[in-house]
Amino acid sequence: MASLKALKGRIDSVKSTQKITKAMQMVAAAKLKRAQNAAEAGRPYAERLEKVVASLASKVTISSTTPKLLTGTGEDKVHLFVVATSDKGLAGAFNANIARLARRQADSLIKQGKTVKFYTIGKKGRAVLNRLYRGQVVESIEPGDLGKLSFADAHAWAEDLIARYEAGEFDVAHLFYSHFKSVLAQDPTQQQIIPVKVPDDAPRQEGAAAIEYEPDEEAILADLLPRNVAVQLFRAMRENAASEQGSKMTAMDNATRNAGDLIKRLNIEYNRKRQAAITTELVEIISGAEAL
Amino acid sequence: MALHFELVTPEKLVRSSEVYQVVVPGAEGDFGVLAGHAPFMATVRDGNLAIYAEERGQPELIRIEGGFAEVNEKGLTVLAEKAE
Repeated sequence: MASLKALKGRIDSVKSTQKITKAMQMVAAAKLKRAQNAAEAGRPYAERLEKVVASLASKVTISSTTPKLLTGTGEDKVHLFVVATSDKGLAGAFNANIARLARRQADSLIKQGKTVKFYTIGKKGRAVLNRLYRGQVVESIEPGDLGKLSFADAHAWAEDLIARYEAGEFDVAHLFYSHFKSVLAQDPTQQQIIPVKVPDDAPRQEGAAAIEYEPDEEAILADLLPRNVAVQLFRAMRENAASEQGSKMTAMDNATRNAGDLIKRLNIEYNRKRQAAITTELVEIISGAEAL
Repeated sequence: MALHFELVTPEKLVRSSEVYQVVVPGAEGDFGVLAGHAPFMATVRDGNLAIYAEERGQPELIRIEGGFAEVNEKGLTVLAEKAE
């Protein structure tokens, strides 16, 4: 049985842990607000670009000069997984969920005899994937604070990816990130970024006045496709930033509540022990007095 | 008649307003867009957007980089990677 002093020490230590988790929860809540606003502010651009690319792509006839980013390499052997996680833990299952989805997809592709390579953004994802798929992580980036990333960062990664694609390092690239649905729900998501996937329900402008292009469709497309990759990456990072904070807030809220329960239980135990000690002391005094 | 003009970057919606005319630095030369312009798509070179709120008066200049402009029946939308 623990002594009174030891119990007191434990209560104090749990209390200080609770203080820390509480502070982290409040920090996450403040950051979440900002990350959420940022994610929402970036949506109009991504949506518009997507629409434009889709409508252009449905018009261009496929020929040998069509950008490879649209048509693909014609093969389906080497897949590159761009796995975006964060550098820091203590965010519940945020990183684990993304890594798990990537692992599941990777295993099923490997079973089909394909090669899977990884391009990790974030230390946490790299740690898991490097252990399981040794030697398959071609590049890993440490983005630092997800909320502070600028479009220039995403642009640099996109250029790197496209250069690798053109060098024939892979045929298809998938992006893994966590889609921010709400504070309580973040979905790990997989999205194909290279070659560009044109939705089947691409808007077809029928009857509308013919659109003039300057320069021609293909030149515009060649300019827009690389940019689209950067924008998708950037959007994923924004979603990730919001998801990370949301997940962290929930995790820290739980931790604070658990610490509260623990303190309550320890307090009861402490009081009981104290009473028992007092009773024992009294009994000793009374029986001592009686013996005289 | 006013032209609906939107300037969007990946980070935020920079501007959404009704203006008289916008002169866009197109990749193959500047072009001005007034209300009722025919549907049009163009890549944009790095340079200054000139926004005329009124028919007369000084234009407001916004520097953009890495841009793309689309004119449709709703108005003019400029997508830029950077805008100041």
